[in-house]
Amino acid sequence: MNTETNVTPRVIVKDLNFFYGKARALKDINLTIADKKVTAFIGPSGCGKSTLLRTFNRMYQLYPHQTATGSIMLDGCNILDKGQDLNKLRAKVGMVFQKPTPFPMSIYDNIAFGVKLYESLSNNEMDERVEWALKKAALWTEVKDKLKQSGMSLSGGQQQRLCIARAIAVKPEVLLLDEPTSALDPISTAHIEKLIDELKEDFTIVIVTHNMQQAARVSDYTAYMYLGDLIEFGDTSTVFTNPKRKETEDYITGRFG
Amino acid sequence: MMLDLYTRRKIVNWAGLTVSVLAMGFGLFWLCWILWTLLDHGLPALTSSVFTQMTPPPGSNGGLFNAIFGSLMMTVIGTLIGTPIGILAGTYLAEFGQRGWLAPITRFINDILLSAPSIVIGLFVYEVYVVHVKHFSGWAGTLALAIIVIPIVIRTTENMLRLVPSTLREAAAALGAPQWKIINFVTLRAARAGIITGIMLAIARISGETAPLLFTALNNQFWSNDMNQPMANLPVVIFQFAMSPYTDWQNLAWAGALLITFSVLTLNILARVLFRQSASAH
Repeated sequence: MNTETNVTPRVIVKDLNFFYGKARALKDINLTIADKKVTAFIGPSGCGKSTLLRTFNRMYQLYPHQTATGSIMLDGCNILDKGQDLNKLRAKVGMVFQKPTPFPMSIYDNIAFGVKLYESLSNNEMDERVEWALKKAALWTEVKDKLKQSGMSLSGGQQQRLCIARAIAVKPEVLLLDEPTSALDPISTAHIEKLIDELKEDFTIVIVTHNMQQAARVSDYTAYMYLGDLIEFGDTSTVFTNPKRKETEDYITGRFG
Repeated sequence: MMLDLYTRRKIVNWAGLTVSVLAMGFGLFWLCWILWTLLDHGLPALTSSVFTQMTPPPGSNGGLFNAIFGSLMMTVIGTLIGTPIGILAGTYLAEFGQRGWLAPITRFINDILLSAPSIVIGLFVYEVYVVHVKHFSGWAGTLALAIIVIPIVIRTTENMLRLVPSTLREAAAALGAPQWKIINFVTLRAARAGIITGIMLAIARISGETAPLLFTALNNQFWSNDMNQPMANLPVVIFQFAMSPYTDWQNLAWAGALLITFSVLTLNILARVLFRQSASAH
């Protein structure tokens, strides 16, 4: 559905259906996530946007009775294949959650934890990687003198940036953000939105947000979902200024949702 | 009408508060009385010879050294045996026990074990171990204490791991961490303070147990550090000495009771301080 031609597809979702037990939460979703762009999923609560996001790294697999059918192609492989190595997939598709989730260890170790899983770096290289990730996440100046302190001693906004640093430190291809600012104050939110803008130079970003203004501010493409259906998908500017579907217009203009 | 409702609530509140304070006072009264009696009788008996001499025959001077040593040995080794088993089983229940039939059954049996009277555990070890080797021993006592430790540690480990938010597990999984790494480096670490508290409480519990030792370690009048022989220990010595008609034995029993109470109290306070420190550090 993309109108632009100069974008490379990164993730291609085809006929995706998702079930919580017997309840169908996603209905025949088809969409393409563009490389090094920000794609936003918007829609009212329970519309399936987080569910869709969690299929990209198969996070749903942690829980019994959750299944997905169809295909999600990333680098020529179907993510949903039974043979897919989940840990390798998740190293390639990073995720940041709604609530900050620092691990109970130092700021440094929070970031080194993920890197150590798939790379064996020397101490020097690890120091550099930690610094690189913290700088990318715009947190370096605030924490450079207290890297040995617990990650839990940071403020909420800092914790969330720590989680972003942790996710990008492993150099994933795709970064999934599940309402990353909904637990944060406006200043921290602004920080993170600015960050998203910078991060898209290196990463393909998919963001779920409750906040329509946020989607309009940070994303290149927007998908509007409702009750498990993908209602409309396209350029953010088109979706917000000239939606093709009546439902999208109603939601965006605040007549509903 | 509004005022009526408000007044009624105030009265109910006041009445509830009064009853609660009275109940607390009632509980504290007995506790203080117990502690006072213990201090009153125990402190004068707590001389240096208590820590240096063996349990005496009636009428002569002596101490509790062999009993203190035996209690320490059996408590420490019992904890060392019971704790790893308890932590591993508790981790299984919390982290892997979502599906299947094994976990619910284990949990149920563990609950029964948790509330089983300790005398039953003493009889069990007597039947399966003491009867076969044909003598009481320190190892038998250790075994009985370990069996008491296990369900307590299982329960606290499972509960503490369940308190770790699932988002933390998801966050670790989202980095591509295999499950054993998530458990070792993230969830167990997050639950560490609570698990240590559970171990402390288990130690406190077994350091006062008498019934299981009566059937297993029995007692020993003399110095012995051979775990294969009957072993002196504070609870059984207290039991024996307190029931005797000899005043010097009774005094030693008071001293022993005071020792146990204060070591348990110290452990409990330590557990709380530890828990609070790690809780505020996070």
